[in-house]
Amino acid sequence: MAAVDQYLSLWKEHHSLVDSNAPEALNRLRPWAATSLEKHGFPTLKDENYQHTDIEKILSPDYGINIGRVRINVNPSETFRCDVPMLSTSLFLVVNDAFAETAGCRDMLPNGVEISSLASYARNNPGFIEEYYGKIADISNPIVALNTLFCQDGVVIHVKKGVKVEPTIQLVNIFNNNAPLLASRRILIVMEEDSEAKVLVCDHTQAPKIDFCSVQVVEIVARERSRLDLYDLEESTHRTARLSSLWMRQDADSEVLLDSMTLYNGITRNEFHTRFAGRHARLRMLGMGIEDESRKLDTYSRISHDVPECNTDELFKYVVDDDAVGSFAGLIYVAEGAVKTEAYQSNRNLVGSDSAKMHSKPQLEIYNDDVKCSHGTAIGQLDEKQLFYMMTRGISEEQARLMLKQAFMSDVIDGISLPPLRDRLKLMVERRFAGEQTACSSCPVGCNDAHNDK
Amino acid sequence: MLSVKDLHAEIDGKEILRGVNLEVKPGEVHAIMGPNGSGKSTLSMVLAGNPAYSVTSGEVNFMGKDLLEMTPDVRSHEGLFLGFQYPVEIPGVSMVNFMRAAVNAKRKYFGESPMGATDFLKLMREKRAIVELDNKLASRSVNEGFSGGEKKRNEIFQMAVLEPKLAILDETDSGLDVDALRIVAEGVNKLRTPENSAIVITHYQRLLDYIKPDVIHVLYKGRIVYTGGPELALEIEEKGYDWIKADIDSQDAIKGEA
Repeated sequence: MAAVDQYLSLWKEHHSLVDSNAPEALNRLRPWAATSLEKHGFPTLKDENYQHTDIEKILSPDYGINIGRVRINVNPSETFRCDVPMLSTSLFLVVNDAFAETAGCRDMLPNGVEISSLASYARNNPGFIEEYYGKIADISNPIVALNTLFCQDGVVIHVKKGVKVEPTIQLVNIFNNNAPLLASRRILIVMEEDSEAKVLVCDHTQAPKIDFCSVQVVEIVARERSRLDLYDLEESTHRTARLSSLWMRQDADSEVLLDSMTLYNGITRNEFHTRFAGRHARLRMLGMGIEDESRKLDTYSRISHDVPECNTDELFKYVVDDDAVGSFAGLIYVAEGAVKTEAYQSNRNLVGSDSAKMHSKPQLEIYNDDVKCSHGTAIGQLDEKQLFYMMTRGISEEQARLMLKQAFMSDVIDGISLPPLRDRLKLMVERRFAGEQTACSSCPVGCNDAHNDK
Repeated sequence: MLSVKDLHAEIDGKEILRGVNLEVKPGEVHAIMGPNGSGKSTLSMVLAGNPAYSVTSGEVNFMGKDLLEMTPDVRSHEGLFLGFQYPVEIPGVSMVNFMRAAVNAKRKYFGESPMGATDFLKLMREKRAIVELDNKLASRSVNEGFSGGEKKRNEIFQMAVLEPKLAILDETDSGLDVDALRIVAEGVNKLRTPENSAIVITHYQRLLDYIKPDVIHVLYKGRIVYTGGPELALEIEEKGYDWIKADIDSQDAIKGEA
């Protein structure tokens, strides 16, 4: 039986239960999602865009989906502490697939920014949800289709015209359950004209011995002259699978930074589908993957320059060690007529062992002459000359390797516009390379052993 | 202090050192000169422990210990320093972090606790002054964007911090203008003590006007073929290496015939 069948039959048998626990605006799209899954199924390794992540295999276990919205008795909001101190964030949680607020999370937010459960926002503002929900993401994408089929809640970040949100909005996705679970997570970010916000999304898993699967869709609309920095930091476990598909439309003069950082994970597929819909918009994409042991990270990005005079700068860096597998496939598409496009893509990787693997596929498709574009990839090892030089100064080989790996990531880390996050991440990456299990060291929930538990 | 006996070494299967013998006593400064390709840099790399070179035979004793058994970092802790001909750029590693790692690695080796921030910064300030190294370079990545002169001064700065017993300076004078040469040489002289020694590898007499050597060796075809006093450098400056080459080549030819 193909993996898709268990989801389709679950849907067929229980669609009224799914619908009864979700607002109409979300239910409306489910039949389309089902049709899409029936038609396309899940991609296999033969599918060109999924050559290195076996979606079929990831989704074949019966994780269990909480379609009845049974309240799972964990309360991490009381125990969760952010590992990025001094960020003075407004903290919101998604526990498994349910939105939760923390005390005082709205205290510092200005008027004109709405951060809410997707389900309740859909009940109170059905028009808004109809305008944006499922409008950017393509339902023929398997992750989008599966998410849409079962999505019952999520997060809305709606920043209204001209509103500049000062504290960083932090959203923490937490997995915590005593049995395997698949969560359909959904984030909808709408930046209206001239608005500004910085959003940090962190993924944590608090039960290291349980299998989890996150099927996440992020939809972003960045209207004219809006500015958004979106940081996404995964610190999960070996037994966590994450399938994330981000879809974005950028209107004229908007500026967006997408920064994807994978410090600890199990198997992760991160997709980015972005499109420029107005002139003079700018996109900066940064990515960092630190993969060791048997972890896997697969990044796919498709950046579509449909209009003239937009600018993309994309940099992804990986360090793969042990038996880890990394892959990067990035396409920058420049349409006919999208003149004066500037687009740069770079993927650079360090491979630290004989059995680690890195796949890289940088692509440019350009349909006009008046552009400045480049793309490149490099896969290599630590520089022996640098190692020797450091050792002649008394630095041990182990320490020198650690410092060089850290240095390799420095340009990605330096691209972070939040100084506390930048400083903190520097430390977290350093500790990560040193093999310390620190990522959640300040969080007392007890997943401190999570990162070493296979 | 350093005793090299019949040292043979090769890189990529090609033999470069073919029986080097060298004795350096505490407080001595030795200069090693020689034409291009004679093996001068190879000797410095082998003594510092560059894994790209393999020692095929011979012995090196440093302060009573077998140097060839030690990894490069241990050689450093034991008091060996190599000033590179081409200092390596390390983007992303700041000078401050680099030196802190070096200083604390040595302290750890000798069972001491890491140096406190205040003491460390004071140490950096003191040692920078010896080679007039700009404070601004401290926050930059190691050697990245440094001028040729700054790179060489940075080598001497590192030497000043690490306080080696034996410093090997590989063509520290190359690429330096007169002023930079003076600063570097004065830096080396300030660090001289009756106990510590140096091996200065150079092409030119120029550096030796500043750093007065006790002994001068000429390395040719992977062996030390001449050893003399400071006057040997003047002779080489005047006459070049051809007379030495001709002498050795003819000796080799005779040996070959015999």
